[in-house]
Amino acid sequence: MDKIWLVIQREYLSRVKKKSFLLATLLTPLIFPAIMGVFVWIALEEKDNQSLRIIEVVDESKLFFLESSEQYAFSFSDRDPEEAKELVKSGDRYGYLLIPEFDLTQPDGIVYYGNENPNMNLISYLESNLKKKIEEQRLFEAGIDPQIITEVRTNVDIKAITLDQQGGEKVSDATVNYAIGFLAGILIYMFIFIYGTQIMQGVIEEKSSRIVEILVSSLRPFQLMLGKIIGIAGVGLTQLLIWIVLIGTLTTVVTGYLGMQMPQEQAMELAKLEVGNELPSSEFGEILQVIEGIDFVSIVSSFVFYFLGGYLLYGALFAGIGSAVDAPSDAQQFMLPVTVPLIVAYMGLFVFVLQDPNSTTSFWLSVVPLTSPIAMMGRISYGVPFWELGLSMTLLILGFLGTTWFAGRIYRIGILMHGTKPSYKTMWKWLKSSH
Amino acid sequence: MLQTLKLNKSYGQNRALTDLDLQVPKGVIFGLLGPNGAGKSTFIRIINQIIDADSGQVLIDGVELNPKHISQIGYLPEERGLYKKMKVWDQMLYFARLKGLSQSEAKERIHRWLSKMDMLTWREKKIEDLSKGMAQKVQFISTILHNPPLLILDEPFSGFDPVNAEIIKDEILELKRQGTTVILSTHRMESVELLCDQVAMINRSHKILDGTIREVKNSFRPEVFTVSLVQPKKEIPTEWSAKSTDGIWSFTLPLSGKSPNQLLGELMNYGEIVRFEELVPSMEEIFIHQVKSMHHG
Repeated sequence: MDKIWLVIQREYLSRVKKKSFLLATLLTPLIFPAIMGVFVWIALEEKDNQSLRIIEVVDESKLFFLESSEQYAFSFSDRDPEEAKELVKSGDRYGYLLIPEFDLTQPDGIVYYGNENPNMNLISYLESNLKKKIEEQRLFEAGIDPQIITEVRTNVDIKAITLDQQGGEKVSDATVNYAIGFLAGILIYMFIFIYGTQIMQGVIEEKSSRIVEILVSSLRPFQLMLGKIIGIAGVGLTQLLIWIVLIGTLTTVVTGYLGMQMPQEQAMELAKLEVGNELPSSEFGEILQVIEGIDFVSIVSSFVFYFLGGYLLYGALFAGIGSAVDAPSDAQQFMLPVTVPLIVAYMGLFVFVLQDPNSTTSFWLSVVPLTSPIAMMGRISYGVPFWELGLSMTLLILGFLGTTWFAGRIYRIGILMHGTKPSYKTMWKWLKSSH
Repeated sequence: MLQTLKLNKSYGQNRALTDLDLQVPKGVIFGLLGPNGAGKSTFIRIINQIIDADSGQVLIDGVELNPKHISQIGYLPEERGLYKKMKVWDQMLYFARLKGLSQSEAKERIHRWLSKMDMLTWREKKIEDLSKGMAQKVQFISTILHNPPLLILDEPFSGFDPVNAEIIKDEILELKRQGTTVILSTHRMESVELLCDQVAMINRSHKILDGTIREVKNSFRPEVFTVSLVQPKKEIPTEWSAKSTDGIWSFTLPLSGKSPNQLLGELMNYGEIVRFEELVPSMEEIFIHQVKSMHHG
C-alpha cells in the first residue's frame, strides 16, 4: 500500500506542479466565455462603425410603410425608378426597393436594387415586414380588424410537476434538465478521453524509456498501474474542484458587485425590465422554483460517482493499451474498441437519452457499464428510479474491477515486451498466461 | 548469499534457462558472462522478482526469494531509464522510497552521495538537461542508495567515458570492501578479469562453466609455454617454428608430459633464456572458444 501511495504522489505532483496544468485549468473555463465575448465585441464594433443605411423606397400602390431600424432607414418618394437607380449608383442611397402596384393575393414584382449583394438579414427583414403589411391589408379588406388577431395570439406554457415517492411535489422543467444532462454527459466524455490518454502516454513513457524495469524490481506491476490511474484521477478531480471554486467565487463576486452598485429595488426593477417583456413575473418565479426543485446534492454526488467510475473503467483499458505498444502511434489500432463504446454513449446521450430519458434504449445505455457513465448523467436530473440507479452503479463498480483485472494481466507482460508489435492474438495469450 | 537450484524458464517454445545451478558467495564480485540471448537477463529478472521461474528455487541467505527481498537488492538494468522531466533530487528520492527507505533517511543519503560525487549542483536539474554520462551516474547512485547487500549490475560501464568508468569501478570495489555482493553481467572481458572473483558462463540457457577466475583459467590451460632466448648455442629445431627479431628467438612449446622444470632444463642447452612463461588464455579467449565450440558441436 505504501508503494502505491508513493506512485500516486509522484503521478499527481509531477502533473499538478507543471505550469501547463495551471494554465489549462485557469484558461479552459474562460475559453468559451472569451470566444462569446469576442463575437459580441466584434458585432458591437461593427454596429458602431456602421453608418445608417438609407434605402429609397418607391411604392407605387402607396399602401406600405416600413419602419426604420437601427441599421436601415427608409425614405419614401415618388421618384422615377431610373432616377432612384442613379441615386444608388452614385452612393447617395444604400439600396432601392421597388414595390409596384400588384394584386394583394399575388404579390409579384417587388425588386431590390443595390451596389452590393444584400445580406440575408436585410432581405428577410424586408420580406417579413412586407408580408405582415400585406396580411394586415388583406384582413382589413376582408373586414377583420388586425387588432383582433394580435389579441387572440396566446402563449401556452405547461408547468410540469414531478411526484416523488414521499408524496412531495416539485416543479421541473425539461429545458433545465436537458441542459444539466447535456453538460454533465459532455464533461464526463471529455474527461475520460483527456485523462485516459494521459494514462496511456504515461505508461508508454515508462515503458519506452525503460524506467519500468527499475520500477517493477521495486513493486508489483499491478501496484504501479493502479498508482498511476489513481494519481491521474486525483489530477482530474483537482481540476474539477478548481473550476467549481473558480466559477463559484466568480459568480459571488459578480452578483455581489452588482448588488453593491444598485439598491435592491432598482435591481428588482431591472430584472423585471429585462425579462419582464417576454415573461410575466409569475413565470420568472417559476424558473426560480424549478432551480430550487433540482436536487443538486444528488446530481453532484452522482456526477462525481460516474465521473470516477467511468474514468477508472476506461483508464484501466488505456493503461493496458499503453503497456502493449512501444510508441503512441502503434496504439491507434487498439484504441478502436475503447473509443467505439465511448462514442456510442455520447451519441446515445443526444439521440435517445436526452430525448426520452425513460425509453428502453435509454435504460440499457444507462445500465451497461461501458456507456452508463455518460448516458446516466443525461437521466439523473429527470429523476431515475432507485433500483435502476443501484443496478447501474453496481454494474459500473463490477465493470471497472473487471477492466482493471483484465488490463492488469496485459500490463504485467506488456510493459516488459519490446520490439514486437502485439496483435489481439498475442494480447489474448498474455491474458491467459500465468506469467 | 545467493543460490539457485535447477532454475527453469521458457517463453513458449524458447528455453531461456535450463536447470541453472549457481552459487554466489557473500562479498564477492560475481561475473555473469554469456552472449546476447543466452539467458542472463532472464536470470536477473527472476532474481529481481520481475518474472517468476517455471520451476526451481532461488535462495537468498538460505531463505526462499520473497517480496521482502526487494529492499535487499539493488538493480541497474542494461537499458537505463529515468524520468526525463523529473529533477535529479526528486528522481533519486522516488527510487529510494520505492526501495523502502524513509523520507529522512533517503534525503540524508542522497545528499551524502551527491556531495561525494561532486554532483550537488545538479540536484535541481532535470534529467533531460544532463549529458548521458551524468544521467548514468544518477542512475548508478539511485541503484545503491538503499545500501543493498546484493547488487546486480547489468553492463555498468556502458555509456561512461574512461574517467567516469574508473570512478564507477572504484565505487564497486569500495562496495565490495564493505561487504556487498555484486553480480556483474557484462560482455567486457577486461573488466571481468579486473574486477571479478568468480564467474559463471551461460550459453543457450545452460551454464557451461563456473568457478573462480583462476579455476576457470586453469581448466583451460593448454600447458603451453612461450620461450624467448638470446645467443643460441645450438640449432633451434625447425618444427618449433621460432622467429627471430633483433637477435631474440621466440617460440611456443607444449609441455608434452614433462614438468616445466624439465622443459626449462632442456631449453637451457639452446641458449640464454630471457623469458619462460606459461601461456594462460584470457577470459575473452575462453569465452569465445566456449561459445564457438558449442555452436559447432
